[in-house]
Amino acid sequence: MPTYRPGPVSLLLAVLVALFLLMPLLAVIPVSLTPSRMLTMPTGELSLRHYRSLIEDPRWLDSILLSLRIGIVSSILSTVLALTFSLGVWMFQPRFTAALVGFVLLPMVVPPVVSAVTLYFLLTSVSGVTSFFGYDTWLGVAMAHSVMTVPFATVLILVSLSQLDRRIDLAARGLGASVWERATRVIMPNIKFGIVTAALLSFVLSWEEIGVTLFITSVNAITLPRLMWMGLRDNIDPAIAALSVILIIITVLVLAVRSVITRQRGAR
Amino acid sequence: MRGPLSDRMGAALLMAPLLLFLILAYAWPFLGVVKWSFTLPTPGLGQYHALLTDDLVQSVFIRTLRIAAIVTVVSVTAAYAITVVWVRGSPVQRVLAEFCILVPFWISVLTRAFGWVALLSNRGLINTWLQSVGFISEPLTLVRNEFGVIVGMSHFLIPFAVFPLASAMRSLDERVLLAARGLGSSRMRTFWTVFVPMTRSGIIGSALITFVFSLGFFVTPAILGGGRSVMIAELIYLRIFQSPDWGLGAAISVVLVVFVGALMALLFRYVKPKQLV
Repeated sequence: MPTYRPGPVSLLLAVLVALFLLMPLLAVIPVSLTPSRMLTMPTGELSLRHYRSLIEDPRWLDSILLSLRIGIVSSILSTVLALTFSLGVWMFQPRFTAALVGFVLLPMVVPPVVSAVTLYFLLTSVSGVTSFFGYDTWLGVAMAHSVMTVPFATVLILVSLSQLDRRIDLAARGLGASVWERATRVIMPNIKFGIVTAALLSFVLSWEEIGVTLFITSVNAITLPRLMWMGLRDNIDPAIAALSVILIIITVLVLAVRSVITRQRGAR
Repeated sequence: MRGPLSDRMGAALLMAPLLLFLILAYAWPFLGVVKWSFTLPTPGLGQYHALLTDDLVQSVFIRTLRIAAIVTVVSVTAAYAITVVWVRGSPVQRVLAEFCILVPFWISVLTRAFGWVALLSNRGLINTWLQSVGFISEPLTLVRNEFGVIVGMSHFLIPFAVFPLASAMRSLDERVLLAARGLGSSRMRTFWTVFVPMTRSGIIGSALITFVFSLGFFVTPAILGGGRSVMIAELIYLRIFQSPDWGLGAAISVVLVVFVGALMALLFRYVKPKQLV
């Protein structure tokens, strides 16, 4: 059977776009190996000093640990909230479902800077009441990240629920299972993959969140992206290049593993 | 207890936590921001009046619309070129195209903006190379201006522009293209008179998504613009943290939301949500 394939002109243009997409990611590699303290291209000798400073400078390590903690807490919070909500939507199909889901998706649709101002308002108002939770605290940041990631988690879980056969739930119900049993023993085991994906995506989004974090932190809750931002704005620190190279390598590895897994699932 | 009443209670119990969370942590503070826009520094419509008369605010709005329009054209065109190969290429070409789309998509906006700084700055890769070859004697100013902002934003938005285009191209019936070719139409002519018109909904969706995203963009313009090419989002940040003028920052936010809401309404009149993913 003949197929319609792109011609040479299409291929050439696509290659140019591909180069444009990969260029800035490749450019950070030589910069990360410069022996200089400034952001320059290495001329001659190479050095790993900027990689070493990531481990030795406590600022980098502290912010990595803080970002991990915030990512884990906010990912758990948004996955649990998204899961209960989605179960409610799927099991009971209440009236106004479309409007309620639309409301939940708002933080994903509203321009991030407006969400940032909104969360800034929230956390500065709360700060007056307690110093434990509010502006520039790690719990405040974790909660704000949950607001931003919960729509994505909800979409993923709703999508995997929509692929589930309703009859297994009807059978469980007919056999007398309670709502709790249906949710935990029938539905959730069948959407495991979706729940795990939702938790991972929430974590990744929190881990790299910067737009909102900039508005709600100042000196105490310095997450990794916040520290990178400070290094980028003032004097550009080549340690950022070293960090970027590591993050890019992790991303490529994760994507490679994922594509192998999906291919195996498809092959079966 | 069975029947409709317990059903309604079950649904309410399961849905309540998230709805309450978002009402308290999102809807209520948003109303607070709206209140700021009407009450700070003095009650009334003063902030909205300032929006319409302040020269600085006006020039930032116009610059944002201009940059967003250019970025939309660049991103959709570039995305179209790579999507054609991702959807219609040979198996190997598809894998390669997917790699080039997904790797940047998953890498953080900061790393990507930093990559452009490393390429475009005065002592970056491009200037170093051009000087060593002897093309130029003084470094070109490629960053900390509008050019750098447009390059960085287009780079960020191309993967987002790809998805609606890909979905439109996948739903296109291949037999129509083969029929056009079989009837003697050239590659170019088939592309422009059959392929492109049939992916129109994808192009509209992709353009609106890119445009809407560009309007509220903060990180990339702030880094690659170097304070010289301020867009709306950065202006909001500056109003709230540097000048402290919370009222004006809030008013700009409200206007931005209304504008984006209107664009989204337009989007959904032309494209079904399903066609966007």
